[in-house]
Amino acid sequence: MTAPDPITIWTIIAGLAIGSYGLRFVFIGLIGDRPMPPWLLRHLRYTAAAILPALIAPLVVWPTATGGQPDLPRMSAAVVALSVGLITRNVLAAIFAGAGTLYGMLYLLG
Amino acid sequence: MATSTSKSYYWKGFRDGTPFVFVAVPFGTLFGVFATEAGLNIVQTMAFTSTVFAGAAQFAALQLLQDGTPTAIILISALAVNLRMAMYSASLTPYLGAAPLWQRAFAAYLTVDQSYACSIVQFEKEPGMTVAQRMAYFVGSVTPITPLWILATYLGAVLGTRIPESWALDFALPITFLAMIGPMMRTPAHVVAALVAIIVSLLCAGVPYNLGLLIAGCAGMIAGAQAEVILDRRKALS
Repeated sequence: MTAPDPITIWTIIAGLAIGSYGLRFVFIGLIGDRPMPPWLLRHLRYTAAAILPALIAPLVVWPTATGGQPDLPRMSAAVVALSVGLITRNVLAAIFAGAGTLYGMLYLLG
Repeated sequence: MATSTSKSYYWKGFRDGTPFVFVAVPFGTLFGVFATEAGLNIVQTMAFTSTVFAGAAQFAALQLLQDGTPTAIILISALAVNLRMAMYSASLTPYLGAAPLWQRAFAAYLTVDQSYACSIVQFEKEPGMTVAQRMAYFVGSVTPITPLWILATYLGAVLGTRIPESWALDFALPITFLAMIGPMMRTPAHVVAALVAIIVSLLCAGVPYNLGLLIAGCAGMIAGAQAEVILDRRKALS
């Protein structure tokens, strides 16, 4: 594969750096402590609870590493990590349980 | 007194953010390796990782670059992946908006999935925190991650060789975020938001430029907010 030309790479880096910072700054920097309407705040309460599962769901069902094929070890690891997190409310315990399941299953099935 | 309590909140944030080191290190390394393979030199890789500072968008941009996608499409897609940062920014504004502008400008740079997830849970749990304490906690929560993310990218770029696929590092991100979702499900409305977001994101998997994520995120937020209104009304009646 030929290396992409430097102008393209630097354009992408600069564009993403400025754009990403702009997205992060837009509300916290420009609105500051002016009050926001209750309906907006009510929606914002569910930002994380909605976006993170939406980000992960396709990665669990169609993992990139298997070329998009559903995969038993990854699916089991996902179920274990989510369940342990729900039951214990302990993020670290859930991570280790999930990782343990993934490697255990990969070892058993590999 | 105020400074000493801010300091203790900084360290509380630091402790709460520490588990994410287990994500930042493998992912930073992986990004360094991928970037080198995609033809970026060390200066470009390091500029990329330290100015953009958003793993998912960086990986998306690299993938598209390798596929020979036009520059404009690469920028739009990667920024679409990062649109959630604008939602995080909006969501943090009620808590941190009263801080001085230079602090908010700094906090904007440090707004990532991990600092947002830690902070929003903490701010909701302890509504009595002062703005200075919240800012201290927020900065504390990214302190363990930022230097290690940048260092790991550097090591990956220098290493340059492919990490064996048998390590299954591709799944470090999903596992970590799944582990974070459990403790977030504090009310039935949060569960509704998550379930709707998951269903819509799977249905929208074919939508180009990662816009499915944004559609699903918005659908989940609307569902959560509606569920809250309905549950409150039911509580008022009973």
